[in-house]
Amino acid sequence: MPAPKRFSIRRKRVCKFCAEKISYIDFKDGKLLSHFIPERGKILPRRISGVCSVHQRQLSQAIKRARHMAILPFVAD
Amino acid sequence: MHKAEKGEKSVRTYEVAFIAAPTLTSEELEGFVAQMQTVVEGKNGKVVKVDNWGKKSLAYKIKKFRDGYYVILTLEADGTIIAELERRFRVADHVIRFLSVRIDEDLKRSEKMKITRQRKSVPTPAPQPMSEYQAGPPAAPIE
Repeated sequence: MPAPKRFSIRRKRVCKFCAEKISYIDFKDGKLLSHFIPERGKILPRRISGVCSVHQRQLSQAIKRARHMAILPFVAD
Repeated sequence: MHKAEKGEKSVRTYEVAFIAAPTLTSEELEGFVAQMQTVVEGKNGKVVKVDNWGKKSLAYKIKKFRDGYYVILTLEADGTIIAELERRFRVADHVIRFLSVRIDEDLKRSEKMKITRQRKSVPTPAPQPMSEYQAGPPAAPIE
């Protein structure tokens, strides 16, 4: 079976944190974390963001800390 | 992890962040921060860094306040100091939120990752010519 010709359209997802070599995700960096917070304020699933599992765990922990410190909202609308 | 022996204290790095009420004057805030520093130093801890973000707006209302003073202390201390600081934060009316995070292990891990990355980035010897088996057309990606 021939390989589908247009598979190159699928963008290769690279973990942002691996690419930028961020090995500790700081909860104080609201600007960075806000990239992974869609409008509603939820944590973006990694099937969409492409973040690797190691960093997704760190990211979700950091987002939860940031929410506690009112850097990020729990619910945004 | 083993518990520290009695009398021997384990030094860890902590990041203690708190939000002070916006009704505070800057002198009062400075006084409070200085007070916390003396608490830490009185118990043989060390304040490595005091990061004052100033007044920032909160993402949601806390105790009917819309903004607050953010202060982040980086400490080299042990658990008893953190317990004492948190007790004081709870008692103080003008502290509306606080969070203590232990960061030494995370920092250690990130250092380790940096070193392994450097090792990987050292130019490796020229790639071996691929064997015929591997040189076939690339397999279609799964999913």
